[in-house]
Amino acid sequence: MTRRTRGSPYAPGDADDTAAMLDAVGVDGVEGLFDIPDPVRFDGEFGIEPRSERDTRRLVERTLGRNDELTEFMGRGHYDHYVPALVDDLASRQEFLTSYTQYQPEVAQGFLQALFEYQSMLVELTGLGVANCSMYDAATALGEAATLSQRVRSVSGDRILVPDQLREGKREVLGAYADGPDLPVESYPTAEGTVDTEGLADALDDDVSMVYAENPTVCGAIEPELDTVGDLADDHEALFVLGSDPIALALLERPADVGADVVVGEASALGAGTAYGMGTGLFATREDFLRQVPGRLVGVGEDATGRRAFTLTLQTREQHIRKERATSNICTNQALMALRTAIHVATLGPDGLVDLAGDCVTLARDLAARLDEVSGLRAPVNDRHHFREFQAHTDQPAAAVAADLESEGFAVHVVGDHRIQVCVTDANEPAVDRFVDAIAEVA
Amino acid sequence: MSGEDTPPEAGTLYDQARWTDDGGYEPLLTETGSTEVAVGDDSPLPDDLTRDSLELPDLAEPELARHYTRLSQMNYGVDSGPFPLGSCTMKYNPKFTEQVAALPETAVHPDRSAGSVQGTLELQAELQDYLARIGGMDAVTLQPPAGAAGEFTGIRIAAAYHEANGDDRTEVVIPDSAHGTNFATAAMAGFDVVELPSAEDGRVDLEALEAAVGDDTAALMLTNPNTLGLFERDIEAVAEVVHDAGGLLYYDGANLNALLGRARPGDMGFDVMHYNVHKTFATPHGGGGPGAGPVGVTAELAEFLPTPHVRLQADESGYERYEPAKSIGKVHGFSGNWLVLVRAFAYIARLGDAGLADASARAVLNANYLASQIDYEVPYGPFHHEFVASAGDQDAADAAKRMLDYGVHPPTTKWPEIVDEALMTEPTEAEGKGSLDDLAAAFDAVAAEDDATLEAAPERTAARRIDQVNAAREPRLSWHSLED
Repeated sequence: MTRRTRGSPYAPGDADDTAAMLDAVGVDGVEGLFDIPDPVRFDGEFGIEPRSERDTRRLVERTLGRNDELTEFMGRGHYDHYVPALVDDLASRQEFLTSYTQYQPEVAQGFLQALFEYQSMLVELTGLGVANCSMYDAATALGEAATLSQRVRSVSGDRILVPDQLREGKREVLGAYADGPDLPVESYPTAEGTVDTEGLADALDDDVSMVYAENPTVCGAIEPELDTVGDLADDHEALFVLGSDPIALALLERPADVGADVVVGEASALGAGTAYGMGTGLFATREDFLRQVPGRLVGVGEDATGRRAFTLTLQTREQHIRKERATSNICTNQALMALRTAIHVATLGPDGLVDLAGDCVTLARDLAARLDEVSGLRAPVNDRHHFREFQAHTDQPAAAVAADLESEGFAVHVVGDHRIQVCVTDANEPAVDRFVDAIAEVA
Repeated sequence: MSGEDTPPEAGTLYDQARWTDDGGYEPLLTETGSTEVAVGDDSPLPDDLTRDSLELPDLAEPELARHYTRLSQMNYGVDSGPFPLGSCTMKYNPKFTEQVAALPETAVHPDRSAGSVQGTLELQAELQDYLARIGGMDAVTLQPPAGAAGEFTGIRIAAAYHEANGDDRTEVVIPDSAHGTNFATAAMAGFDVVELPSAEDGRVDLEALEAAVGDDTAALMLTNPNTLGLFERDIEAVAEVVHDAGGLLYYDGANLNALLGRARPGDMGFDVMHYNVHKTFATPHGGGGPGAGPVGVTAELAEFLPTPHVRLQADESGYERYEPAKSIGKVHGFSGNWLVLVRAFAYIARLGDAGLADASARAVLNANYLASQIDYEVPYGPFHHEFVASAGDQDAADAAKRMLDYGVHPPTTKWPEIVDEALMTEPTEAEGKGSLDDLAAAFDAVAAEDDATLEAAPERTAARRIDQVNAAREPRLSWHSLED
């Protein structure tokens, strides 16, 4: 058999096979199969040279090698935690990696069960009755929550209230989802990095359909009055949507206990590591809203032998059946990322997960205390408990401090003229001493 | 239970691994080991800020390795066998792209300064350029995290364009054979959907189109080749009708694997399109995702692209992020599914012009060859990367279940609805002639079987036929719901 030397290395077949196939089809050549009128036929070149596997790998290595090697103390919605080897190993198995949506459940029990277990973990963490198989990321999950508020009969009104400090990217994505159904998105005030409950009360009226809050907040502060936020939303028949992540949920107040109706957030805090913002949208809600949930759901059923088996369920909510009346347009989701999150949770176990969450509090507390001793810095800015990250005041312009830190090999967020934000986890903790030395030099 | 199996008589046979336990298959994690821990006690936080307890699976690493390995054995992927799931382009995913995506240099935070991530920005700019050339578009955003998110981005761009022109347009026109996402996307973006019936030949009916479009038309969403695998031969006339009415032409890129190097949406008159990189550019489907859905636009629409966009600086000294003048804002919290995009870049750079063109040629040849070898009727044609066979008197869903016993992931079933008992089949370029012959034998064996056999299928998969109606009647969606 003669291997073809040009063309796709991922398409089997030699010249004899091709000839036999063309003969069977009844055409002289492959080009005869393309039923494309001449005026729109493409006769040009893309101008992309083929490369060997080795050369392609080198090209990517060389290109990405132009990034500066910085130790990041960054968060604000995208977090780095150590990912155990077991996660990579198991999630890379081809049976998971190269499969697709489980339209044929009999041959996809493995992934279905893993997703069912992921859903179950989120149900345990949030205390809410239903979690889906994933949205794209925290921001799009928040957008989906906004559209959900319009489908829930117990909710009236259409205004959506978000904290004034909400990350701009999240607010823009929420705005995109709110635009179609014409839902105004408005801000309520925050104080010391958490909800200003009096300000929220002033902003609330019966036209509000949804109140969004985060715990921890975008600046790392832990909300002291979440139950008040829940009560306020409830008083005005608005949905209370809470943003969080699976590590914080293991330690902080359980969303169901503070009246949350929906929990959204970044499940990718576990199982993923830093990936230039690639995430996994966590979406959980109360059982009452089951039939309004966006995205895929795995449920338990029985097979013909009477054994327990898993299947996608309540698919009549989805676009491939309900079309323009679907709860969302989502089809492809982040299933493999959800699998990774689930394996990471399972690897940690309950003690390991709660310990990791506790470390997020103490690491941030300790680093803030050390930075507060540095001349030219004050930390934390907000008088709150913190989770992973906190803001620090810089006497020097913050942009200059951050730029100088870059030349020392570190990256932080600039969040104000004289304010930086610093995130510390198990991933960058070994670099904390060097970081404190560096910032003492430049602050 | 497998003792009652009637072995299939032809084609490749298949027995999926099956781990069974009391009343079920592999036990749930919690059924092997679960611990409830008190959370407040040793916490570094005051009691009123913490939850009380947490109960999660508590297994040792070897137990987890075995659990997930067994689950994987009860799951079917592209490397397991043929996966001709129509419109999903389940092609082979090159292994080296996994290694490339795992390079430590990919792991940077999205808020890093542009100056410190020049390599990342350069790779983004290069991929934008590759995709623009492949689609015949002028500018491309990589931000949308999936095909449906790409549709949402593209339709929002169309809406912003009309709004900038002071043009109030309320409708999006979509052929009845289109993907369900098209309808859902248009509705999410606030448009009324106008459904366009197909012509006798399965393509766009020009007269119906002329009647459907007008001053209210914001866009026509079109898949080409369409879901029947047919190229819309009248695409120039279609574009003219839509453009004359002041609407935009949107290209659903789900079927782009049919056209690489043969035709480009930009040359056909499309103004905006999305690419499904997990289909056309071979990134793994991951059991449902993540994918990526970059969007390409003409020069006229470039100023509406999501922010931040990436470009070479004017003095060419480096790459920068910027906000396009009339940007629709963001459609993902950060920059989309970056690690998927890295894989797509590597795939395109590996194949180049010749490889991409060959991929499409082989995909189209494979579909045509398979269609020529099976006993099921295949209406319509000539088709490209996929065809829709009809199961005729058989129930397509039952036929699909039986195909599982022959080691074939079945086609997409009962859709598009314009073919009775549809079996929408897309073998992709990943199958050789021998594999296609096996596939044809499996189709034919199933075609010859009686309804009782089909209804009893599958027999050789991990689980037997699952009652989905019952599962939906009383939904049990977490292990908590299984407790008595």
